[in-house]
Amino acid sequence: MRTTTVVIGAGQAGLAMSWWLARRSIDHVVLERGEVANSWKTERWDSLTLLTPNWQSRLPGYGYEGGDPDGFRTMPETIGFIQGYAEMMSAPVRTHTRVGSVRCHGDGYEVVTNRGNWLCETVVLATGACNTPVVPAVADAVPSAIATLTPMGYRNPDQIEEGGVLVVGASASGVQIAEEIQRSGRPVTLAVGEHVRVPRVYRGKDIKWWMDASGVLDQRYDEVDDVVRARNVPSLQLAGYADRRTIDLNSLTGIGAKLVGRLAGIKDGKAQFSGSLRNVCALADLKMNRLLDTIDDWSREHGRDDEVAPPHRFETTAVEESPPLLLDLTRGRIKTIIWATGFRPDFSWLDVPVLDRKGSIRHDGGVVEAPGLYLLGMPFLRRRKSSLIDGVGDDARDLSAHLASYLRERTVTGVTA
Amino acid sequence: MTTTTIDKPVNNGVNVEALFGAREALTKAPEAAQFKWRASCEWVKGTQSRSTIDSFYGLGAEQKHKTRFSFDSDHPEVFASEDSGATPVEIVLAGLAGCLTAGIAAVAQARDVQLRSVKATLEAGMDIRGILGADPDVRNGFDGIKVTYKIDADASPDDIKAIVAQSQKRSAVYDIITNPTNVTVEVK
Repeated sequence: MRTTTVVIGAGQAGLAMSWWLARRSIDHVVLERGEVANSWKTERWDSLTLLTPNWQSRLPGYGYEGGDPDGFRTMPETIGFIQGYAEMMSAPVRTHTRVGSVRCHGDGYEVVTNRGNWLCETVVLATGACNTPVVPAVADAVPSAIATLTPMGYRNPDQIEEGGVLVVGASASGVQIAEEIQRSGRPVTLAVGEHVRVPRVYRGKDIKWWMDASGVLDQRYDEVDDVVRARNVPSLQLAGYADRRTIDLNSLTGIGAKLVGRLAGIKDGKAQFSGSLRNVCALADLKMNRLLDTIDDWSREHGRDDEVAPPHRFETTAVEESPPLLLDLTRGRIKTIIWATGFRPDFSWLDVPVLDRKGSIRHDGGVVEAPGLYLLGMPFLRRRKSSLIDGVGDDARDLSAHLASYLRERTVTGVTA
Repeated sequence: MTTTTIDKPVNNGVNVEALFGAREALTKAPEAAQFKWRASCEWVKGTQSRSTIDSFYGLGAEQKHKTRFSFDSDHPEVFASEDSGATPVEIVLAGLAGCLTAGIAAVAQARDVQLRSVKATLEAGMDIRGILGADPDVRNGFDGIKVTYKIDADASPDDIKAIVAQSQKRSAVYDIITNPTNVTVEVK
């Protein structure tokens, strides 16, 4: 089979790209291993909601039209939203089509799938940043009596045994799961490394409203000092609950969870925690305050101060005098460990030599080193908002423009396969 | 008459351009980033010993310090020793202070903050029943370390705190002390 562009993945990124390709009259298909919005459907826990308010899911030609713009979508609502997008534009999605390989073919590509192979000039990788949970190497030393889970396998507290739970990681997944498990009556110990603390609501407005309005989310990848670092910043400590409550380390200790430092090792059945807890909390508090300073400056300079509540600051993160450095995992106090230690993309099927020594794709704002290959839907790909549903549309517009001009140049120079 | 304002450039005496250059170069050549730090030590008498430091390995080659550094360690008289040098645990504190303070100078330079003075005091608690073997439940090492900085610099209190926090984040000795490290001691 032939087409001009193969888009891999029918989530928000692949569909936004499809919308732009259709606009530019570029013949394409969108290959999807499952069904539209597959990861949202199969790899998320029950209570998860989007962390961005409803109004902020703006895709090219599509947006929120309901009556609760400040609410947060549940997973079924998110899936419905993305499926609605695919239907609205009649996207050429081929579901249940799993890609086994993408390889060079002439000066284009061959995409091998379980439902036949495609030859094409260009390929867009829109499979997302969160395909595989990252589990640290120390997991091998966990005593066998302890059950372990990742956020992809976690559904709800009923699924885990009564008793203590060690949640490793305090970013968006870790803090939400820790809160829900602690509330279920299972005492949680939360291992905290570097994290990003933000309030859900500041001066009466959602933090995402501030970040959107003040231009923080539009900051470009070629404007920041250190894009590698920006791309590796952990996810914001946020939850999207109807009461718009802030979830942070103070709220977790307030309901009885215990904080320890980053999990540094497991030796002789004892978990060892770093003594750096105080500093990672100080770093997060200071960083949050810098964001709030930016917001306050923007509000003042743009004459918004009359519409919103006055500036204020939040309590610094409370850390006990001597947080424990060791936790005996053999005494039966901990029954379950949840590795909320992040995710990584899976490009094991990409047989084009574009991976660096750490397994990441070499690209410039989504334009991959190999001509005609594009990457979409990754953290800070082109903008701070790149990994948000709300951010992928602008990236898809930019990259589809690049892709279109690449196709034109090929035609002009006569290198078309 | 013309007036010119000359902004005095921030100078903490740290060559940040060289450090950023090294970071970029070593990202591309990670082999050259592999260093080996060394010390040698010889027993003098009693609890006194003399450590010497002169060479290390890095950037793919043997390196030498400009001078050979030597310092004695001993235990104080309340330990029935002769007190001919600092206690090894105090040298650990000196190592932590030196590492964090160097980091503060470098981070301040990178953030264009002029430092005028940086002073640290360090205190570490220890229950010596651990090292005396008097109570198996007491650890040998510190039960905690408290570092207090007094810093005079052209920056807001929060910016100064952020520099100190970043220095901890990038400090080797802070990492060595706060995280476990495998130690292998052999006798030949």
